[in-house]
Amino acid sequence: MKLFPVRGGIHPEYRKDATSEAAITPLPLPTALYLPLQQHIGAPAEPVVEAGQRVLKGQLLAHAGGSVSAPTHAPTSGVVEAITEVAAPHPSGLTQKTIVLLPDGREEWAELPAPIADPFATAPEILRRRVAESGIVGLGGATFPSAIKLSLGTQKKIDTLLLNGAECEPYLTCDDRVMREHAAEVVDGARIMAHILGAPKVVVGIEANKPAAIAAMTDAAKQFGNVEVVPVPVQYPMGSERHLTQAITGLETPARKLTADLGVVVHNVGTARAVHHAVRFGRPLLSRVVTVSGGAVAKPANLEVPLGTLVSDLVAFCGGLTQPPRRIVNGGPMMGQPLPGLEVPVVKGTCGILALTAGECDEQPPGPCIRCGTCVTICPCGLVPVEMAAYIRHDKLDAAAKVGVMDCVSCGSCSYVCPSHIPLVHYFNYAKGAITAADRDRRKQDSTKALIEAHNDRVEKALAAKKAAAAAAAAKRAAEAAAAQASSETSADKQGNP
Amino acid sequence: MSALTDKSGPFTHAPNSVPRIMNTVLLALAPATLFELYLFGWPAVFLFVISVASCKLAEAGCLWLAGKPVAPTLRDSSAALTGWLLAMSLPPWAPWWVPVVGAVFAIPLAKHVFGGLGQNVFNPAMVARVALLVSFPVQMTLFVAPQPLFSAGAPGFLEALSITFGAGAVDSMSAASALGYVKTELSRGIPVAESLRHVPDLMDLAFGSKPGSMGETSVVLILLGGLFLLVRRIISWHIPVAVIGTLFVLGTLFNTLDPARYTPGMFHVLSGATMLGAFFIATDYVTSPVSKKGQLVFGVGVGLLTWAIRSYAGYPEGMAFAVLLMNSLTPIIDQQFRPRAFGRTRKGEPLPLKGEK
Amino acid sequence: MLLDVGSLTVIGVTLGGLLGVAAKLLHVEEDPIEHELLGMLPGSQCGQCGYVGCGQYAHALAHEHAPVTLCAPGGKTTAETLAKRLGVKADLSEHEDKGPEYAVIDEDLCIGCLRCIGECTSDAIVGSVKHVHTVIADQCHGCAKCFKICPTEAIHMCKVPVTLGTWHWDKPHTDAATH
Repeated sequence: MKLFPVRGGIHPEYRKDATSEAAITPLPLPTALYLPLQQHIGAPAEPVVEAGQRVLKGQLLAHAGGSVSAPTHAPTSGVVEAITEVAAPHPSGLTQKTIVLLPDGREEWAELPAPIADPFATAPEILRRRVAESGIVGLGGATFPSAIKLSLGTQKKIDTLLLNGAECEPYLTCDDRVMREHAAEVVDGARIMAHILGAPKVVVGIEANKPAAIAAMTDAAKQFGNVEVVPVPVQYPMGSERHLTQAITGLETPARKLTADLGVVVHNVGTARAVHHAVRFGRPLLSRVVTVSGGAVAKPANLEVPLGTLVSDLVAFCGGLTQPPRRIVNGGPMMGQPLPGLEVPVVKGTCGILALTAGECDEQPPGPCIRCGTCVTICPCGLVPVEMAAYIRHDKLDAAAKVGVMDCVSCGSCSYVCPSHIPLVHYFNYAKGAITAADRDRRKQDSTKALIEAHNDRVEKALAAKKAAAAAAAAKRAAEAAAAQASSETSADKQGNP
Repeated sequence: MSALTDKSGPFTHAPNSVPRIMNTVLLALAPATLFELYLFGWPAVFLFVISVASCKLAEAGCLWLAGKPVAPTLRDSSAALTGWLLAMSLPPWAPWWVPVVGAVFAIPLAKHVFGGLGQNVFNPAMVARVALLVSFPVQMTLFVAPQPLFSAGAPGFLEALSITFGAGAVDSMSAASALGYVKTELSRGIPVAESLRHVPDLMDLAFGSKPGSMGETSVVLILLGGLFLLVRRIISWHIPVAVIGTLFVLGTLFNTLDPARYTPGMFHVLSGATMLGAFFIATDYVTSPVSKKGQLVFGVGVGLLTWAIRSYAGYPEGMAFAVLLMNSLTPIIDQQFRPRAFGRTRKGEPLPLKGEK
Repeated sequence: MLLDVGSLTVIGVTLGGLLGVAAKLLHVEEDPIEHELLGMLPGSQCGQCGYVGCGQYAHALAHEHAPVTLCAPGGKTTAETLAKRLGVKADLSEHEDKGPEYAVIDEDLCIGCLRCIGECTSDAIVGSVKHVHTVIADQCHGCAKCFKICPTEAIHMCKVPVTLGTWHWDKPHTDAATH
């Protein structure tokens, strides 16, 4: 297949060897599971269980809390201990509403929805509902509810389902292992998703540094004429939805549009496997594959982890830490988020847990920019990081927005190459957050103002009505008085009339 | 916020740093420099050492005065590079005070007044060279013919001391550079084609047996250093190719039109500071545009101005002036030649969808 | 000579006349900027800025160089908007520290007197006579008028908490770098 060039990008040290040959190992059940109500983009899920209630494996714990939301299920049987605030896997260290489940070790299954024997003879809407009810979200880390992305076929003409197996982040090998060990499941899931979307064709994009995954997937796909496996160049960030689409189709997704507008929907390989489980076996999303790696981890591994397991349980299973890590990262080292500690749960979007040593992070105090222009050359979004960072440094967020800071995807390439170690992406993350917050503020103020105006109108009207009523009453009284006087006068007249 | 989460990603970094870049540039300059030091003997060695040392000293002094940490910035070799390039743009037998005054122009005036490393608008070494050239035209144009170390007639160590710390080269030793000779002859009414016969041939120009500034000689070694920088991805091809290409095309074109008035393209490329300028001076990160397209425009500008100054102006060599003039345009070039953002048109509007106008 | 003086006089008189007519015709009673500034303020007349109401603050901003940072309910965003319109630099450090607030009613202390509801300009408090009142946090903009009028001190002002949805990275503090 002919591939198309993608602008910019970098070739970081991949460091995947530590886990690329580590087969996926199921993690033993931990003593407690912490299931946040918000493990996805959109509204938080709403709990349907109470503290003290016994639940079975696969039972619904919380249903979707809105049109963009996803339900959560019990990864094993046990008792709901509480629904309470627990530290979130997030750099802020803030807490969020979380269902705490104490497993009883019996792994007793709840009654699951019936398997769909022939999905290709089933209406897409039924399959889509199954995906939605199974709590499946984008397992590549974006955690957007998958069912919504699968409904794009009803609004737009989709001709390609692009399965993202690029896995361009260093260290991470979970998608690689899933493709190597469960290729048939992934391909089946992808074909079901293509059926839901009405897409005639499935293309699997895998970075060329994963030959075993390419071979396994090609083998699993060869009996299906419409599934093609394509090795893509090793170039970070190839796993970005828009860039992968460009590499495979040559089409550039316009700003503020979706790849679906070009007829392409991108899903992660792990998501495809989850769809396979949901449709063929009625099994909701209960676990995911997580790469545990980094120089501070004793025995790096790929683990199949029940959702809600504490990161500390994963690390302990991997032999613990050999030294205090400089950073604990949720995800890959390029785009992953730093974690404040190990006592946070694995959620649907956790593709990796990295405990990185100071040597691996290679953090140095930032020096002055020497305008080398490398950040401009490698920016996959065609932005000028050096200029944006200078604006942001001087608090000119408007100017930064004008030169495109909101188009930045925070891929981290510019910070990675900067010889002066300037935290460019940190500047952009700050600016994006601050601009969004200011927008939110402005909207809130507009709504407040509308409320105040409505209030004032009402008060004025009430006042006017009161005045009118008072005037009317006064007029009435005056009229009555006049009438009374008139009548008395008349009577007086009468009386006066001899 | 804990020390674990005080910074957003990425949590890995390319194995590069500012000192590493600067040291690579110095390494690329080393072969040509060593050869030139050999060619021009002890006075050139003294000049080189004085130039680098005074720039380093000036840098340390400025940092100290500004209350900035001295050690980290001094370690990154950027001041050494300025001093090195300054030495290469001086006549090799110039007296000691020329590089010292140059260092004062280069470091405090051209660099630290603007805010230090990364903030300067103009290339410090070229500011120094131009300031010296207009202030001390005699010392700055007194070139000598190469007299390699240990060859007969080359000044010994002590003799060299008296040259560097005395009056410098004297008129009797002087020899004109090729560009200077052609210009002088042209002003006397002698056509270029005629005067070209009396300057070193192209081979000599390329390998360095000719009078001139230290960096003007040994074109081949400079070129090799430049290619080394290209291979190591310290610089990209855009500026050097644009500078040399423009000079060659303009030179060839006008030489064909009027051989008596204009020197040929190859002569432009191999003489003067073309190679040094194209690979080491115009490519200075701080003072050149950041985008590739901007760098092409910048390079063409430098080539064009160099050719124009060499052909029409009073000075035989125009590289330094051309670089400084284009430096002043860098901010504008940067603004005008931004790369196109992903999914957007050049004007910043979202790309139209197919079938959408 | 006479021609020069004459023509100049004619030009002067004509232009002067035009200006005079324009001044009469295009006369604006109210300062437009004052009106514009008033539009930028919340309009809750809470008086936390130290002026009687939003109109008076807008007047002070337009004519008396009042600081742009006085509006508490408007917060940082309003201060920035005002500063931008007036072309001044706002010292936002105070707003950074304080952050937006909203009112909370202590249900044990509320006697259901309705006074706060009467004060609230954004209809953010609901309740009826002799029944505990409550604040709709989303509608409250922190003007603190209810806080001041509550006879039982049942109302206190709380900081709007930072959530996972509203948190964002701080500006990196790397002053050593100049770029």
